[in-house]
Amino acid sequence: MKSTIETAEEIKGTGDPWTDGGQLSYRQLIWRRFRKNRMGVIAGALLLLFYMLAISADFFAPYHYNEINMRLRHVPPQRLHFSVSDGFYVHGLKSVRNPESLELEFTKDMEQRHPVEFLFKDADGRRHLFSSAGPMFLLGTDRMGRDLFSRIMYGARVSMTIGLVGVFLSIVLGSILGTVSGYWGGWVDNLIQRIIEILSAFPDIPLWMALGAALPPGWSSIQIYFGITIILSIIRWGGLARQVRGKVLAYRESDFVMAARAAGAGHWHIITKHLLPGCYSHIIVIATLAIPGMILGETALSFLGLGIRPPMTSWGVLLEEAQRVTVLLHYPWLIFPAVPVLVVVIAFNFLGDALRDAADPYSD
Amino acid sequence: MRERYGLNAPLWKRYLIWISGFVRGNFGESFEYKREVDELIWDRIAFTLIISVGSLIFTYVIAIPLGIYSATHQYKWSDHFLTFLSFVGMSIPAFLLALSLMVFAFDIFGVPLFGLFSAYYEGAPWTWGKLGDLFKHLWIPVIVVGINGTASLMRIMRGNLLDVLGQPFVQTARAKGLKEIVVVGKHAVRIAINPLISILGMSLPGILSGSAIVSIVLGLPTVGPILLRSLLNEDIYLAGTLIMMLSLLLVIGNLLADIALAWVDPRIRYE
Repeated sequence: MKSTIETAEEIKGTGDPWTDGGQLSYRQLIWRRFRKNRMGVIAGALLLLFYMLAISADFFAPYHYNEINMRLRHVPPQRLHFSVSDGFYVHGLKSVRNPESLELEFTKDMEQRHPVEFLFKDADGRRHLFSSAGPMFLLGTDRMGRDLFSRIMYGARVSMTIGLVGVFLSIVLGSILGTVSGYWGGWVDNLIQRIIEILSAFPDIPLWMALGAALPPGWSSIQIYFGITIILSIIRWGGLARQVRGKVLAYRESDFVMAARAAGAGHWHIITKHLLPGCYSHIIVIATLAIPGMILGETALSFLGLGIRPPMTSWGVLLEEAQRVTVLLHYPWLIFPAVPVLVVVIAFNFLGDALRDAADPYSD
Repeated sequence: MRERYGLNAPLWKRYLIWISGFVRGNFGESFEYKREVDELIWDRIAFTLIISVGSLIFTYVIAIPLGIYSATHQYKWSDHFLTFLSFVGMSIPAFLLALSLMVFAFDIFGVPLFGLFSAYYEGAPWTWGKLGDLFKHLWIPVIVVGINGTASLMRIMRGNLLDVLGQPFVQTARAKGLKEIVVVGKHAVRIAINPLISILGMSLPGILSGSAIVSIVLGLPTVGPILLRSLLNEDIYLAGTLIMMLSLLLVIGNLLADIALAWVDPRIRYE
């Protein structure tokens, strides 16, 4: 562990002493320290990329997520080939009916080549980054012949934003109640802390399951989406409130708050101008570390059929199809949506860890 | 029908009736199974407990040595490797691990490791053979449920031990010429391990949650699957009782963890 003085010198040494020596704001300091953490930066960049892909899935995905091809059910992933004359292409599909299971099984048709076209224009006139006139399923299709690759990209929209919205809700709730609890103390503090203890004693998945099952069946996809985010954040605000309370308690008796109070500042002014800014870095770190939990929560709920409902799609909804081992043994590619879940969750964990190290003045 | 189950009364009255029955051990009747909830839940709760306690033991037995190793080899490649592994362990959803282990086991052994018993012992009376069979099936859920906790506990153990190792008394111990293994094992670990016991209570919700969802995937006869069924079928008395029972288990677990902490750490006892 290095001492703070050393760290400060290091920082001074990296930049122009005239412009930033000793004048860096706290935020700039955090940014500097964060940049040094390679894993954190990679994770952050990866997440940005994923969000970009998710937002513009209409363009990046080769097909629409609900494009059903009943004659192309459970097509295995097709290999992408390259030749100089044709560019990228995939082979066509031959279907054979399995005499035992009576299911159609697909094999490569070496004769046929479907070239991959870039900036492809589909029947509705929408542009895709790449697509093909013939069937091109890079990750195979599901039981309704929908392209898994496109569905994963569209699913990212729901899965990756549900964590953000949920965390935003719990930040709002957690900061307000945490500040109130720490600032006023007394019975208010006692009450809020007991509520947090009760909430944190619940096993979250069974409780989420119960709340998810309680969402009315008649709700539209959007309503369900927000219902799920509220369910997810209802349990998770407690931890944040605890941390904010701890910080507020520490700052409440500090000299600068005393000075503000002596100068006649109101409660609102003290809280928003003096107490909360000290908690920002903390809040951001906790929020980042809370997002993966929410993503996993949504995935688990949808996986059980209690979360997002079709036709809306999310990674959990996609994994629901892979729930049974017998299905998985026949169509192993259906487990593929697990990969982005893992990547995103690991990336968030690394990012949060890097941010925590950067925000902690005593870190090495 | 509605009359029989007392569903015509307003919500608060129904709740009062149910909760007053609950304290007296009358949990109501399941709509789906047409039996008293009481008959349905006990062995499921017992299996839930077995799996939870099993994974708790697994978690601590694996996480503490790994955490110590990681801390004493800070920034070596083995530490980096363990760190990465623990990140993966924290990130992997339990149900996914359960699914992949199942497929994996099916590939190797050629038999689905579904449920807690082989078909031969299912419904058979308890014998040593059945107990052995139970243990043969138990390891998958125990590992799967325990893995998330193991990963995070390992990180905590590592952090704690690193903090303790930086303290002056450790330096004194080293200066006295004690062997490194004595310094770490006898002086540092004892202090670093303390917070882990208070975490015991906090890790219980995670383990119960994990066991619920893993059981659903693996088809284990625990609380999880029946809870899911009852929720989907709006079998309210059954679902309510199960959630209540899970919460009770947690409260009891927390209490036990607190007692254990007071037992281990005299500073808490005398306050």
